[in-house]
Amino acid sequence: MQPDRDTSLAATVDAPPGWRSRFDSRNMLRWETGLAVVVIAIGILGVSTSSEFLTGNNIFNLGLQSGEIAIMALPMTLIIISGEIDLSVASIMGMSSAELGYLWGKHWPMLVIFLVILLVGVLAGAINGLLITRLGLPSLAVTIGTLGLYRGVANIILGPNTISNFPASYANIGVTGVFNSNVSFSAAVFIVLAVIFGVVLHFTPAGRSIYAMGASPEAAMFAGIRVKRIKTLLYIASGVICSLAGVLLTFRLSTSVNSNGLGLELDVVAVVLLGGVSIFGGKGTIVGVVLGVLAFAGIQNALLLTNFNQEAASIPVGGLLLISVFVPNLATLTGRIRSVIARRGKAAPSAIGTAHD
Amino acid sequence: MSDARTLAPPREPSDAPAEAGSRRLTERVFRVRETGIIVVLGLFVLVTAVIQPRFVSSSNIQFILVNTAVYALVALGETMVIITRNVDLSVQSVLALSAYLSAGLFGHVHGIPIPVVFAVGLGIGLAFGAANGLMVSLGRVPSLVVTLATLYIIQGIDILVVGGNEVVASSLPAGFVDIPNVTIFGIPWLAIAVAAVIGAGAYYLRSFRSGRELYAIGSNPDGARLAGVPVARRVFTAFTLCGGIAGVGGVLWAAQYQTINTSAGGTNFSLIVIASVVVGGVAIFGGSGSAVGAAIGALLLGTINVALDVLGISDFWDQAIAGFLLLLAITLDRGISVRLAAALRKRSARDAT
Amino acid sequence: MGGEKSMDPGRGADGRIGGPGQGAAPPNPATNPATAPERSAGQAPSGHEPGTSHGPGTPQLSLRHAAKTFGAVHAVADASIDLYGGEVHGLVGENGAGKSTLVKILAGVHRPDSGELLVGNVPTVLHSPAAAQDAGIAVIYQEPTLFPDLTAAENIFMGRQPLRRGRRIDARQMREQARDLFERLGVRLDPGRICRGLSIADQQIIEIAKALSLEAKIIVMDEPTAALSAAEVNRLFDVARTLRASGAAVLFISHRLEEVFEICQRVTVMRDGRQVLSRELAGLTADDLVRAMVGRKLDERVAGGRAAPGEMVLKVERLTREGVFTDISFDVRAGEIVALSGLVGSGRSEVARAIFGIDGYDAGSVTVRSRPLRKSSPTSAMAAGVGFVPEDRRQQGLVMDMSVQQNMALASLGRLRHAGLISGKSERDFAADWALKLRIKLGRLTDPVSQLSGGNQQKVVLAKWLGRNPSLLIVDEPTRGIDIATKAEVHRLLSELAGNGVAILMISSELPEVLRVGDRILVMREGRLVGEYARSDASEEKIMSAATGQLQEQAQ
Repeated sequence: MQPDRDTSLAATVDAPPGWRSRFDSRNMLRWETGLAVVVIAIGILGVSTSSEFLTGNNIFNLGLQSGEIAIMALPMTLIIISGEIDLSVASIMGMSSAELGYLWGKHWPMLVIFLVILLVGVLAGAINGLLITRLGLPSLAVTIGTLGLYRGVANIILGPNTISNFPASYANIGVTGVFNSNVSFSAAVFIVLAVIFGVVLHFTPAGRSIYAMGASPEAAMFAGIRVKRIKTLLYIASGVICSLAGVLLTFRLSTSVNSNGLGLELDVVAVVLLGGVSIFGGKGTIVGVVLGVLAFAGIQNALLLTNFNQEAASIPVGGLLLISVFVPNLATLTGRIRSVIARRGKAAPSAIGTAHD
Repeated sequence: MSDARTLAPPREPSDAPAEAGSRRLTERVFRVRETGIIVVLGLFVLVTAVIQPRFVSSSNIQFILVNTAVYALVALGETMVIITRNVDLSVQSVLALSAYLSAGLFGHVHGIPIPVVFAVGLGIGLAFGAANGLMVSLGRVPSLVVTLATLYIIQGIDILVVGGNEVVASSLPAGFVDIPNVTIFGIPWLAIAVAAVIGAGAYYLRSFRSGRELYAIGSNPDGARLAGVPVARRVFTAFTLCGGIAGVGGVLWAAQYQTINTSAGGTNFSLIVIASVVVGGVAIFGGSGSAVGAAIGALLLGTINVALDVLGISDFWDQAIAGFLLLLAITLDRGISVRLAAALRKRSARDAT
Repeated sequence: MGGEKSMDPGRGADGRIGGPGQGAAPPNPATNPATAPERSAGQAPSGHEPGTSHGPGTPQLSLRHAAKTFGAVHAVADASIDLYGGEVHGLVGENGAGKSTLVKILAGVHRPDSGELLVGNVPTVLHSPAAAQDAGIAVIYQEPTLFPDLTAAENIFMGRQPLRRGRRIDARQMREQARDLFERLGVRLDPGRICRGLSIADQQIIEIAKALSLEAKIIVMDEPTAALSAAEVNRLFDVARTLRASGAAVLFISHRLEEVFEICQRVTVMRDGRQVLSRELAGLTADDLVRAMVGRKLDERVAGGRAAPGEMVLKVERLTREGVFTDISFDVRAGEIVALSGLVGSGRSEVARAIFGIDGYDAGSVTVRSRPLRKSSPTSAMAAGVGFVPEDRRQQGLVMDMSVQQNMALASLGRLRHAGLISGKSERDFAADWALKLRIKLGRLTDPVSQLSGGNQQKVVLAKWLGRNPSLLIVDEPTRGIDIATKAEVHRLLSELAGNGVAILMISSELPEVLRVGDRILVMREGRLVGEYARSDASEEKIMSAATGQLQEQAQ
C-alpha cells in the first residue's frame, strides 16, 4: 500500500525540509533584479576594458557564440520547472548535425533533410518522454543514458568523417546577421523562441500546469492536469529544438563532425539555473533565463575581448551559480552554522510534521 | 438480552509460510541484481572471445584493466556520494587540475619522490571535496547545483593555471611513467592497487557504522536524522573522500597519459563515471548498491570499448552501446521493483482473506 | 492517510463519565459485576486478558492535564493518562478527539502548553523525539518509516550496531541479537531480509524490536491495526502480551473496540480534547465506550426542507479493487448529499479516488448522468462534471507554492482562456468573484495560498471546483482541521449547493457532521458497505457501531 517512489528530479536531489515552502514571489523578483544588475555590470565591465564591447560586430559575435546554447535553454527551462531534467540535449544536437552532414553528403535535397532531422528530433524526445513518464524512470539517469545513446548514433552515422561543403546560402549564418544586421541568425531564432516560450509558460493553461506539476505533482494530478502527457510533449519539444540548434551550429561552423556540441549539456543547465529556475521545479521565469543567457554570454565575451583566457569564464559562471542557490537560503544557512557551532541537543526535526495548518 | 460486548469473528491462526515466500522472493531478486552485472560482463567477454580469441590475450586484458582503472577508482568515490542521495559532478575538473598540478611538480621540483606527488594530488582532491561537502551539508543546498558550480569553477582554475602550457612526458621520471606498465604475474600493478583501494572502500561501506549510515541517509534521510545519524558530518565525509579519490585519480591519469593539458579526463568524464555507477547497480536515489558493483560497471563500459575495436566494429558504437546499457539497467531495475511490489501486495492481500 | 486533525472545539463536554478508578459507568445489567473482574485463564471467549496488571502503584508514565493549542484550534484541552507497567492501556476516541496530539506529546514532537509529564515518577520535559527515546518511550506509528534498502537487523541497530575488534560491525552478532529480539517477541522474521516491500505489519514488528533493543519501558502503538490483516493483528497482540509480560507499559490506540476489549486491561476515552473516562476495562461494555466517545447533545440538523432528490447523477456498481474495497454499489441523486462514513482505513477515500479516476479499479463501473466514466481518467470525470476535493489539502488539494488565484484557477484553465491565452486578469477576476462568494479571508489574491488559515484554504479548494459548475461534487473530509465558524459555513455551502441541484458525495469521519449534513448515510468497514441509513433514523451510536463492527442492537 506504499505509494510509488517519486521519481521526479526533486526526489533524486534531496530537498531539505522547508526549502520549497519558502516561495515568495518577491524572492523571485529579487533574483531577476539582481541578475539584471549583474548583466549591466558585465556590460559596464566589458565596455570599460575594451572599446569593442558594444560594437555591432561584437554583438554579432556574442549572439553567434552562445546562440545555440541559448536556444536549447528554452525547452530545458520548461522541463526543469516541470520537475525533470534533460541531459541529452547536446547529444540530440550532435545527432542532428551528423544527420545533416551525412544526408548532405549523400546529396539529399536540403528540405527533405530538414524534415528527417525534425522527425528524428521528435523521436528522440519521445523516447525520453516515454521512458520517464510511462516507465516512471528517473529523468537524471534516463537522460544520461540517452546522452550516450544519441551521441553514439551521431558517431555511427558520421563515423570519422567531416562534411563541410554546405551551400553558402546556409553557411552564411556564420558570417552575416539577419537582414544584414548585427543580429546573428541564431540570436534571432532565440529571440523569437524566447517570446513563444515565454508566452506559453506565463500565459497559457499549459504553462500554469507546468508550474503546478513541478511544485506539487500530486496536487496537479488531483486538479486533472495530464502530467504525463505534458511532460512527454516537453521532451519532444526539447528534441525538436535541440535538433534545430544542431542544424544552426553545423551551418555556423560550416562543419558536420560527430563531436559537434560535445559537452554542452551542462552549459545549458547552468544557464537555466543561473536564470533563477529552481532545480526542484515549480519556479522560474523566461525573463530570468534570458538574463542568464546574457550573463553567461557576456562574461565569455568580455573575457575574450580582454584577451583574458576566455575559457576561464567558467569561474564567474560557477560563482553566480553558487550565489543563486545560497542567497535564497541565507537565513537558514547562518542559522545552521550557528547551531553546529553551539552543538546543543538536536532540535525536534520537522520530519513528523506539525499537526495543524 | 444479548451480550453487548459483541465479538469479531474468531481469527485465523498466525500464518508463517507466506512470509517466508515473500522473503525468499526479495532475496532472490536482490542477489540477481548484484550478480547480474557480473554475468553480463562475463557473457560479453565470452561472446567476444569466441568470435575473436585475441580479445582475451594477456596484453589485451592488461590494456583493458589499465584503461578502466582510473574510472573504477573515481567510481568508488562517486558511489559514496550517490549512496547518500547526492551527486558530485565536479570529479571531472578535480581530476584534471590534480593531474596537471601534481605531474607538473616533477618539472618544478627535481627529484621529488613519487609518493609525495600522490600525496599532493590527494590533498588537492580532499580540499575541493571538503568545499563541496561543506556547502552541501551545511548549506543544505542541492548537490547537483553545487557540484555543477564547482565543476565550472575548478575547470576555470585549471584553465588559468595551465594557461597555454602542458606537462610533457619528458618531464616525468621513468618510475612514474612506468606505473601503468608494471605487471605482477601478468596483472598490471595499477589494477591491483586500484582493486585494493576499491576493496577497502567496499569493506568500509559494508562493515563500519559510518559506512552503513551513508546508506541510511540515502534510504530515508528523515529517518536517519531521527535515528540519531550525524547526517551533515557523514555527507561532508562522503564528498571529501570523493574529491580525494578524484585527486588521486588525476595523478594516475597523468602517469597513464603523460601529456596533460586542459582536456585531461576528457569531456563528460563525470557523466561517464555516474553512468558506470548506475549500471553497476547503485540506485540514483541512493540507499543501495555496492562499490564493487560500481567498479564492475566501469569495467564493463571500458571493456565494451576495447571489444568493439577487437571485433572490428567501429568503436563509434561504443557510446551508443554504453548509453543503451544504462537505459536497460535502470529499466530492468524499475521493472523488477514494480513487479516485486505487486507480487508482495498480492501475497499480503491473499493472507488477509 | 488518516490521522485526527479535525476538531470540534465548540462542543462542551457533557461532564465526565467516571474518573480514574471509579467504575461510574452504569453497568449493563447483563454482565455480572461480581464475577466480571475475575480473570481466569482461558475463560470468556471475548477474553479479558488473564493478567498481571499491577493496578495502581506507580505508573511508568503519567501525563497530567496537558493542553496543546495550534493557532485557534485546541487540539488537546485537558488530557491525562496514567500508564502502568505490565498493562496494555487502550486509548479510544473519535477523530479529532485529540489522540494523535497526545501521542505526539508523548513522542516528544510537541511540547504541551501546560500540564506535566512524569516518567517513572520523575517530572520530565521532552525537548525532542531523541529525548523521548532516552526517557524510554517508543512510538510505533501507523505507517512506520524504516530504511527500505537495509535489512531488518540493520534497521533495528542503525548507529548502534554491535562491534568486534577494530570497530568493525559484527554482522553475525547483529543478526543474532535481532533474532533474539524477534524470538522474545514471538515472531518469525528473517533479520537478514531487506525491508523494502515488507508488509506494514512486519515493519511494525521491526519498530517494536527496535524499541525493545532501546529498552523502552513505554511503548505507544498509534492505530497499529488499521492496515493489518486478521492474522497479522493476532500476531501483533501476541507481541503486545509479551511486552506486557516483560513489564513494559503499552498504550494501544485503536478505533476497533473489539480489539480494545481483547487486548487491554485499562482504557481511556477522549472526547473533544479531554479525557472523559479512564478506568479498568472490566465491567465496561462496548456501548459504554461508544457512549463516552460520542455522548453529547446532538446539534440541530441543518434545516432540511430541501426538495426531494432529482435524477440519478452518480451510479456506482459493484466497484472493486483487490485488497482495498469490494463490491461497492450506491447512487447519488441531484440535490442529495450522501455521506460516506466509517473508520480511517475502511476504504472510503480509495473509493472516491477510484470514482474520480485518480486510482484505477479492477471490476465494476461508474456512471455519471448515464455516461460511463473511463477508468483512471480524471479528465473523463471532469468532463462529465465531477469535482473532487481531496482529503489532504496541503499535498493534494492545493499547490502550496502558488498563489490563491492561481490555485483557484487551476482546474478551470481551459475555460479561462481567450485565444489560447490566459491572462493574470482573467484569473484574478475569477478568483475575486469566488473569494467574494465564499467569503474567503485573505490579504491579496496573489499571496501564496500557504499563508491562509486552514478554513480559508479549504474554501479555495472548494472555489476551484465550484468554478467548474459541477453536477457531482465529491468532498473528502471537508472540514478537517478547520475552525468552528468556517466549518459551519462549509456545511451551509454544501447544503446550498444541494439545494441548487448538485449531487454531493461527502466522506467524513466526524459523526456530527455526517448527521448534520447528510441526507443519506452510508457506512463502510474494511472495504465493504455495511450500512445505509436515512437521516431520519440514523444516530451516532448506530453509525459508530456499524463502523466498528459491533452487531446491531435494538435502537434505543
